Amino acid sequence: MVNAIEVRDLTVAYRERPVLWDIDLDVASGVLMAVVGPNGAGKTTLIKAILGLMKPAAGQVRILGKPYRNVASSVGYVPQRGTVDWDFPTSVLDVVLMGLYGRLGWIRRPGRSERKEAIAALEKVDMAGFAHRQISQLSGGQRQRVFLARALIQDARVYLMDEPLQGVDATTERAIIDILHSLRSSGKTVLVVHHDLQTVSTYFDEVLLLNVRRIASGPVSEAFTDTNLGLTYGGRIAIIKDAQ
Amino acid sequence: MSTFQLEIQLVAAVVAAACALPGTFLILKRMAMMSDAISHAILPGIVIGFFLTGNLSSPLLILGGAAAGLLTVVLVEWIRKTDRVREDAAIGLVFSSLFAVGVILIARFASDVHLDTDAVLLGELAFVPFDRLEIAGYDLGPQALYATGGVGLLCMGFILLFYKELKLATFDGALCATLGFLPGVLHYALMGLVSMTAVAAFDAVGSILVVALMVGPPVSAYLVTNRFGHMILYSVALGITASILGYWVAHLFDASIAGCMAVMVGLQFAILFCVAPEQGLLAAWKRRRRQKWQFAIKMLVIHLLQHEATPEAEQECRIDHLQGHMAWEESFAQGVVTRAASQNLLHTVGEYLELTHTGRELAREAIVHS
Repeated sequence: MVNAIEVRDLTVAYRERPVLWDIDLDVASGVLMAVVGPNGAGKTTLIKAILGLMKPAAGQVRILGKPYRNVASSVGYVPQRGTVDWDFPTSVLDVVLMGLYGRLGWIRRPGRSERKEAIAALEKVDMAGFAHRQISQLSGGQRQRVFLARALIQDARVYLMDEPLQGVDATTERAIIDILHSLRSSGKTVLVVHHDLQTVSTYFDEVLLLNVRRIASGPVSEAFTDTNLGLTYGGRIAIIKDAQ
Repeated sequence: MSTFQLEIQLVAAVVAAACALPGTFLILKRMAMMSDAISHAILPGIVIGFFLTGNLSSPLLILGGAAAGLLTVVLVEWIRKTDRVREDAAIGLVFSSLFAVGVILIARFASDVHLDTDAVLLGELAFVPFDRLEIAGYDLGPQALYATGGVGLLCMGFILLFYKELKLATFDGALCATLGFLPGVLHYALMGLVSMTAVAAFDAVGSILVVALMVGPPVSAYLVTNRFGHMILYSVALGITASILGYWVAHLFDASIAGCMAVMVGLQFAILFCVAPEQGLLAAWKRRRRQKWQFAIKMLVIHLLQHEATPEAEQECRIDHLQGHMAWEESFAQGVVTRAASQNLLHTVGEYLELTHTGRELAREAIVHS
C-alpha cells in the first residue's frame, strides 16, 4: 500500500542556513504521528514544505503517492492559531465554511447544504452553539476547535496540524485527542506538531524526532528512547525523564 | 442646485465609493499605509503616461499609474524581505523616492500643463465639470466621472466575483494557498486595483484625499460591524455620505472641497468612535458603569447574607453602616441600595436592610463563583 506521506532528501534553507537538512520520512496510512523537537527544529517548516507553502532547496514530497498539487483537496491543514487575525470581521460558521472552499473551487459560493455541513462539523468539536459568534469573542481553546472543525469539514485523507494542543485548556485537549483518535480509526493519517513530551506515548502511535535533521522516526515504543531524545534536545532531556 | 454642483457631487461620491472598496481590504490586511504609498508613488507613472500620450485624460495614464503603484508594492516587499529594513521604513523610502521622481519630471518637462504640485496633493474637484467627455460632438458629462466610475465598477466586479477567495486570502493566506487559490495573484490584483483607483481618483481629489477615502470609511465601518460583507457596504455608504456632506460644507464656507471631504471623513470616525454600539467609547463607559454597580450590589448582598440572623445584624445590616464598612460614600451606598431594592434583592425596614429570597440566592451564587 502506498504511504500517506513520503518525504525524500528534503532540504529547506532560509537564505543559506538550512532549516531542514536531508529529511527522509515515511508515514503509513492510518497512522497518528507526533512531530517533536526543540524550538527552531523545523517542525512548522516541515509541515509547510509538505504543503508546498515553502520551496525546498532539494528533495521531494509525495502525498498518497502524488505531488501535493494533485491531491490538495485530500489534505487538511490546521495552522497555528496565532497565524491569523482573530479580529477579522467574520463568524465561526464562516471560518468553518472556508474548509469547503477547495471543494467549491473558484467563484462558487457556499450555500445552504454547505452551511449544514459546517454546523455538523461544529457539532463534532462541540461548538455548534457558537456558529454565529464573532470569532474575536472566542477563547484560545474555542478558536482551536473552530480551526479543527474547518479541517474536519474537508473530509481529507491526510491531516497536518501545527501545535493544535498549544495553550488549550484540559477539556479542549481531551476533546481534540478524541477527535484525532476517531480520525485514525476511520483510516485517516494525521501528522501533529506536538510540544508536550509527557503525552507522546499516550496520545500517538508513531513519533518523528526532529532537530533540523531527522533524529529518529517510527513507532513510539521504538523511536521515543532516551538516547534519541538526548540527541534531539541535548542535555535538557534529563529533566523530562525525571518528571515522568 | 446647478448641473455643475450636481456633477461635482456625483464625481465626489463615485470617487469615495471606488476608494472604499479596495480600502476595506487594505485595512483588514493591516496595510493602511500602503494607500499613502501608492497614492503618491503613482505620480511618475502618470507623468510618463502623459509624455507618451500627450493627453492628461488618456486611459493609458491609469495603466501607467497602476504600473507605478505595483512597482511600489514589489519594491517594498523586496526591501522588507532583505530583513535589513522594516516594512514601515521600506514604505517611507520607496514612495517618497518615486513621488520625488514624479515631481522632478513635472518641474523639468511639464511645467506648462495642469499637472502642478498643488493639484497633485489636493486635486481640484471644482474644476471637474470643465473637463468633459465628448464623442462625435455629444457632451457625455465630466471626464472624471467616467474614469472613476469605470475603475469603481472594476473594483466592484472584482470583489463580487472573487468575494470568497479575497475573504480567505485576507483572513488566512496559508490556507488560501494550500487550497490552490493563489493568494499572491489575488494580492497583486488587489494592489493593482488600489493603484488604478488612486490614479483615477487623484486627478479629481488629489493624493491626500485618496488616502483619507481609502482608510477613513473602512476604519469607521469596522467600528460598527463585525461582518465582512457589511463592512464593505458600510464603507461605501460612509464614503459617499462624507463626500456629499463635505461638498456642502465647502459650499457653505467657501473652502476646498477635498479638504472638507477629508474633514468629514475624520468627523465620521470621531463620532462613531464615541457612539458605536459595541466598540464605542460610550458603550464601553456604560458597560464599565453597569459592571461597577453590579459588583457593588453583589458585595452588598454577600455582606448582608453573612451578617443576617447574627447578633450583630442590627449593627451591620444598616445603610449608614455601609459607609464605614464598605468605604462607600453616602450617595453611592444609597444608590446601591436603591438599585438592589428595585431588582427585588432586598427591602428596607427603616434604616435596616433585609435580603429577599432572590437576594439570598444571588449572594450564595456569587460566593460559589468567586
